[in-house]
Amino acid sequence: MKALQRNIPALLILAAILGGLELFVRAADVKSFIFPAPSAVWTALLDNWNEGYRIFPAAKVTLTEALGGLAMGTATGLVVAFAVSRFPRSRDTVLPLAVAINAIPIVAFAPIANNWFGILSPYSKMAVAASLVFFPIMINVLRGLTDVDSSALELMRSYGASPTAVTRRLRIPNALPYFLTGLKVATTLSLIGAVVGEYFGGLTDTLGRVVVGAASALRFDITWSAILVVALAGMGMYLLAVTVERVLIPWHPSVRGDQPA
Amino acid sequence: MTVQTARPRRTILRRIVSFLVFIVAVLVVWEAFKLLAGDPIFVDGEKIWDPPLTVWLATDVNLPHTWVIWNRTLAPVTSGAKESLGGYLIGQAVFTMRESLTGFAIGGVLGIALATLFVHFRLIERAFVPYVVASQTIPIIALAPLIMFFTGHNVSSVIIIATYLCFFPVTIAMLRGLRSPDPRALELMRSYAASRRAVLWKVRFPASLPYLFTALKITATASIVGAIVGEGPGGMQEGLGRALMFFSQQYAISPEKLWASIFVTAGLGILFYLAVVGAEQWVLRGRPQAAFG
Amino acid sequence: MGAARPPAGGIRVNATGESGAADQPVVRLTGVGKTFGAMDAPVVALADINLEIGRGEFVSLIGPSGCGKSTLLRLIGDLTDATDGSVEVNGKPARRARLDRDYGMVFQSPVLFDWRTVEDNVRLPLELFGHDRASQDRRASEMLELVGLTEFAKRHPYELSGGMQQRVAIARALAFSPSLLLMDEPFGALDEMTRERMNSEVLSIWERTGITVVFVTHSIPEAVFLSSRVAVMSARPGRVTRIVEVDLPRPRGLETRESPRYFNLIIEVREALRAGDRAGAASEATLASPERTAAEGGIG
Repeated sequence: MKALQRNIPALLILAAILGGLELFVRAADVKSFIFPAPSAVWTALLDNWNEGYRIFPAAKVTLTEALGGLAMGTATGLVVAFAVSRFPRSRDTVLPLAVAINAIPIVAFAPIANNWFGILSPYSKMAVAASLVFFPIMINVLRGLTDVDSSALELMRSYGASPTAVTRRLRIPNALPYFLTGLKVATTLSLIGAVVGEYFGGLTDTLGRVVVGAASALRFDITWSAILVVALAGMGMYLLAVTVERVLIPWHPSVRGDQPA
Repeated sequence: MTVQTARPRRTILRRIVSFLVFIVAVLVVWEAFKLLAGDPIFVDGEKIWDPPLTVWLATDVNLPHTWVIWNRTLAPVTSGAKESLGGYLIGQAVFTMRESLTGFAIGGVLGIALATLFVHFRLIERAFVPYVVASQTIPIIALAPLIMFFTGHNVSSVIIIATYLCFFPVTIAMLRGLRSPDPRALELMRSYAASRRAVLWKVRFPASLPYLFTALKITATASIVGAIVGEGPGGMQEGLGRALMFFSQQYAISPEKLWASIFVTAGLGILFYLAVVGAEQWVLRGRPQAAFG
Repeated sequence: MGAARPPAGGIRVNATGESGAADQPVVRLTGVGKTFGAMDAPVVALADINLEIGRGEFVSLIGPSGCGKSTLLRLIGDLTDATDGSVEVNGKPARRARLDRDYGMVFQSPVLFDWRTVEDNVRLPLELFGHDRASQDRRASEMLELVGLTEFAKRHPYELSGGMQQRVAIARALAFSPSLLLMDEPFGALDEMTRERMNSEVLSIWERTGITVVFVTHSIPEAVFLSSRVAVMSARPGRVTRIVEVDLPRPRGLETRESPRYFNLIIEVREALRAGDRAGAASEATLASPERTAAEGGIG
């Protein structure tokens, strides 16, 4: 209730923009291939849900690609982070390097992935998504495993705790919030990887191809409705990650609400 | 607590060395993989090496020898052309860089201006910030083809894409940064009866700079991604995006062209990132800073 | 507990590890020195420290910041290595004593694990030492009762005040019945009122358990109120310049803080600190205080 109240100005703006667009398009009689009215986008979504541009089947394929890439990228990111954290001295070399390599526009690999795994295969999109996901997961988890309070390490040392015990009871719980921060970024990135991979070519029944195909046919109403679905999918995946976070680390300041999400 | 007041020159040197070592390592792994599982190597028509394994990823089509890619960049871009592939790609990189730099600059300035506005007007903030935050959870790059087809296949469309990809992260980071000063610092300014403008210039802006640079490092890459997606799938006739798209279609005949384009794109991304890091080092010199980017 | 026998002397350590021979000191420092930094720019943090702490004693280490008192505490706990001399705990080398779990440590910050409940934080050392679940439960609830936090067992650390968090840290340090308690400015971050209350609690715990305590502080009243002896240190290099015997009657309470003898002892310690400071000022050559960079860096 309180959240609703706080967001009243935002909701009003949304209503004003949608209403204003609708009125403007109707009053000025703007053609749909120039700018579609919000109501036209909604109609286009319903009309093309299962036939025509088949947005729903396309969304299923794209989501599969994104989730597959998310799973693969997260798994490799975790493995590499744990491997590097075994060598504490290498961290100061590996982290800046990984951050710099992360500055490469990884989507440039989309054409190679398309050629390697087949332009029509979902695996080519998963590969792009996975390489986008890998870096934030790896970098965040590595930070979490190594940025441990030095007093906590001294405490474990005072107990004569083995390295395995330190990892299990201190480093891994410490890395959990970092991992979930990475995961939240990664959900969006996995969808970007899948969609941009599709922009560089792919099956017709994918959201990326629907966006490109409808736009080149000047069916902007359908383009917008497909983009709406992409946006909703992104928010859905993000909210899922937030839910996981709330369940796993209820004690953390970011979940307790001391800082904005 | 990885805070240092001055970064020793040695650290920078070590980073450069580690980066070079990384590049060499990639080349070594690349060629080792080919020796292990690639196609046989011929010198003057004579087979000198036959790899023990065969993996489809390591064939000469899917993973050309690094020297083949290098030699190809020196050869003409198409048979009979005067320009070499390398020269052509650098030209396209400059073209793309111009677009992404423009988008980076406009997006950055817009983001800073908007965040400043939000910090001063609570109602505007509550009306718009939820959307800026939500933009981080959705793949806004999906809008790229729409913009290309809507505003035409030209440079300004690509700049628009790059701009909005930069705009959102800068706004959010800047808003956090402008809010980051110690409340006691703001109270101190209040005790001086300082004007809003003075508070902004003396306290809020300086405090926001580290946040701003964190965002700029992200948007350096984002602006290039935006430009590439606008150029390639968006149907431009110039730029790295177009080169990637075009050479992807020639992959079966000459995969080296696509690989060379990818390397140039990767290099451009890292160069842009390093330029922002350099600017950050200079602007924030003397301040305590995190030990890594 | 492995009863490690020192190579020479043949001092007996009994199987529980709780007490050695009655006359054997719990801590024995002989000619201990600590030098930080590279070969070309060594910084002498501690020089020639000789100190014996007997069973059941409460000894405070007090001195200006940079005198190496935290470093000295860490040497006793084998959290850092001495560069000179020998550190013995319960008649064994400090390292052996740490592996035998002879001491509990309380830091300036509580160092509680955010992801564990109060109870599970107290349980941590018992888990590591392989105690069975039932004895973990029993011991944890005993300890929380000792520090008066029974009703907060299922809470998370962030739900507790600073003083309560530090009490959890003390409960955790005592959970496995060590013979020695090392405390590094444990109440430095607390307000004066809370600090005085915590002082009384620590004394009551000390009296009930008979444990030996080494307590680092920079508060003169705190040191005098708590201790049986106060070791006064000077900086650059860190040395023990004087040992003040505190003969205030026990049990100590509010009357102690108002007695003339208490004020006289405070004056005595303060003058000892000044004397050490004047001596140290003569050798004011080092730039940075090694203790800050080594042990206190980042604690606000």
